[in-house]
Amino acid sequence: MATARALLDRPGAFWRVCQVTGYQVFTPVQRLIVFNAVGAVLSLTLGGILALLMALTRWEAVALLPPELYYRFTSAHGVLMLVFWIVFFEIAALLFGGTILINAKLKGVRFAWTYSGLMAVGAVVTTATTLSGHANNMFTAYPPLVNHPMFYVGILLFAVGALCGSCHFVYQVWTARREGVVAGPLPLVVYALLTAAIIAIWTLLHGAVAYVPALLQSLGLITLDPAVYRTLFWGFGHGAQQINLAAMVACWYALAAITTGARPVNEGLSRFAFVLYLVGINMGSMHHLLVDPGIGMHARIINTSYFMYAALLGSLIHAFSIPAALETAQRARGHTRGLFGWLKAGPWKEPGFAALMVSFIGFGFIAGVSGVLMGTMQLNMLIHNTLFVVGHFHATVVLGTTVAFMGLAYYVVPLVMQRDLSFLGLARWQPYVYGGGLLVLIGGLMLAGKLGASRRSWDASYSLAPLQVESLSTPLMTFANTLIGIGAILAVIGGAMFVLIMVATVFLGRRSERPAVGTLGILAGRDGPESDVAIPEFDHDATRFQAPGTTTLVFVFLVWFVAMFAWASVNLARVGWGVG
Amino acid sequence: MSALTAPPRRYLARIGRDERVWLAFAVVWCLFLFAIMYVWQFYGAQRTPIESYRIEPAEFRALTQDYIAEYRIGEVSGVPITVPTEDGEAFLAARAFVFEPVLQLKRGESVRIYLSSYDFQHGMSIQPLNLNFQVLPGYVYVVNLTPTTTGEFGIVCNEYCGLGHHAMSGRIIVTD
Ligand code: HEM
Ligand SMILES: [Cu+2]
Ligand SMILES: [Cu+2]
Repeated sequence: MATARALLDRPGAFWRVCQVTGYQVFTPVQRLIVFNAVGAVLSLTLGGILALLMALTRWEAVALLPPELYYRFTSAHGVLMLVFWIVFFEIAALLFGGTILINAKLKGVRFAWTYSGLMAVGAVVTTATTLSGHANNMFTAYPPLVNHPMFYVGILLFAVGALCGSCHFVYQVWTARREGVVAGPLPLVVYALLTAAIIAIWTLLHGAVAYVPALLQSLGLITLDPAVYRTLFWGFGHGAQQINLAAMVACWYALAAITTGARPVNEGLSRFAFVLYLVGINMGSMHHLLVDPGIGMHARIINTSYFMYAALLGSLIHAFSIPAALETAQRARGHTRGLFGWLKAGPWKEPGFAALMVSFIGFGFIAGVSGVLMGTMQLNMLIHNTLFVVGHFHATVVLGTTVAFMGLAYYVVPLVMQRDLSFLGLARWQPYVYGGGLLVLIGGLMLAGKLGASRRSWDASYSLAPLQVESLSTPLMTFANTLIGIGAILAVIGGAMFVLIMVATVFLGRRSERPAVGTLGILAGRDGPESDVAIPEFDHDATRFQAPGTTTLVFVFLVWFVAMFAWASVNLARVGWGVG
Repeated sequence: MSALTAPPRRYLARIGRDERVWLAFAVVWCLFLFAIMYVWQFYGAQRTPIESYRIEPAEFRALTQDYIAEYRIGEVSGVPITVPTEDGEAFLAARAFVFEPVLQLKRGESVRIYLSSYDFQHGMSIQPLNLNFQVLPGYVYVVNLTPTTTGEFGIVCNEYCGLGHHAMSGRIIVTD
């Protein structure tokens, strides 16, 4: 009767028990979560509209926008998506993880409203500056190019808000531990979010170190050295991707638990993997500078490898432990046939499971592998600033992170709003439509990049240049550009489905104490959800393989990884020319 | 109990057999990926250029103009064509919105290219080889190239440098 007693200690109108999960919910946090989620979805919507216009410009058959608008919208798309959509969602997730997931009260509700408001103001200022054509030089705005000062003012306001939000989360977890609200270790998902929050604090401080001087430069007060700025900027820009990585993996563990009741197979090992993300916190940033002047060989190699691939090792651990958790849970449900019977029998029609699978497989096979290839110092010469890079990061941050966030939103938003999820039928398809469109888009981007198309360019063939470059206008390039256009249309339809479902849920969903969200693998327990079937512990002393299907799959993945690496190396050797 | 709720107080477990096997391969692969960069850099034919120097853009411009004046052999579309110096050196400047000069190289002969910019950041992307280097004003990047194939190779700018970015190109010609 822990719940009943706990609630007695928590009088007043501010608490309820979630009927679906069993969490004790401090109700004032609900509107904060929704506020940030709305900020996220609005950014995603606007960014998605721009994405479609941009992709239709890249597709020569349509060639929609004039150059100035193309660059303006590329700047806006980058900042709306990579910064506002992602970070608003992360702050919503931190508010959720720092209270509901640990049955804790939010200390400092007004503070939370202040920083959420600050983020909203910052987002509006930067978006308005960019869309009105005052920040066409991309969100990176490498000196001596600058954006309008208000662009930086908005970013800095937003960043200060996000910094407060991350610190608030750490404070929440810390006081919950100290006051005994969380008696033992943190739930794994909260632990993962804590890693993300710590990386975020570090990264946002880095952001100030880059963007404050950039603001001063845009005011004409100082002059920045291009190489120094690039180093500072990517200390922030790359670190931000480490936040997304940790937050995405947190979503994976959460979605696996929600949809199949899966429990981590090895809490200690999974936590160690998150610690490895922290070890790499200051590393990796130089993979953006691998063909820049001004950096020594050892610095490049040690940094780009996250000190001998510590972060990669972390991801490889998750690559095993997430499917292994699914396999164990599915086998406990009686899906024991063969190596992969458990996988075939998965709840593929459950939006959260579909999102998990699209995100997990897409991130692993495409994003992670291409990232390691690109981050290999010499291989980087083949792709730096080509559309291949854009293909890679649409695999990481869209196919991976965005899809995972969408999956989580299908549960968190209805449960927090206490409204049924609208259009469940549509939600079942959404991850596949979005993911499928992205696969085509990413394929097109990577192919075009391999053929030499550069990123951030209105015309991939440079046909207006005085010296013509014939090799850039081949039928294969046209095909790649067509894939970009068609993939974008599909992906934007998938994105619109998500937005529609969210908007309908928030405004029209039937109010309910027990909101309908699809078929879950969890039941309301005492202090949170429990698996709906008894799932045995992973037997760590067994001499037989406990998750033979997963073990097979990870080795298939390793073979793919090695093959791709070999292929890329052959490509480099086939350049033929000596370079050095 | 799941990833969404607290595990027992003592959650550390042994590393199971499946995990051990996978971890062993993973660690080996990580170390390989690390080591291969050194191996390629010392023994490979395509090494990442490392050598670079600071220089004032105005000074780089003066040096490049002197080089062009002395080693010019022609012109194409208003861009001068030059050959490398007797010591196998050449200057390649990026500016909004052209790469100058057009370099005429000899197959099999190494050239030491001093690459920099007069104004903004640019990207030197040699096509169809798809070899890409960042160009920063204030820094000379020393790129050593040894062409092994003949023909005309386009250069396009692949770092956004302003509204003429998509019309910024250059050329390398390789003859026998
Ligand atoms: C429907 C989905 C999307 C489509 C069709 C799409 C398409 C594109 C295209 C065509 C570019 C410009 C390529 C160039 O010229 O360099 C681009 C850039 C970019 N996209 Fe997306 N995108 C989508 C979603 C997203 C999302 C969800 C994110 C982030 C979470 C994102 C992040 C970015 C970033 C950071 C850039 C780089 C901007 C820059 O170069 O400054 N995109 N996208
Ligand atoms: Cu990075
Ligand atoms: Cu350019």
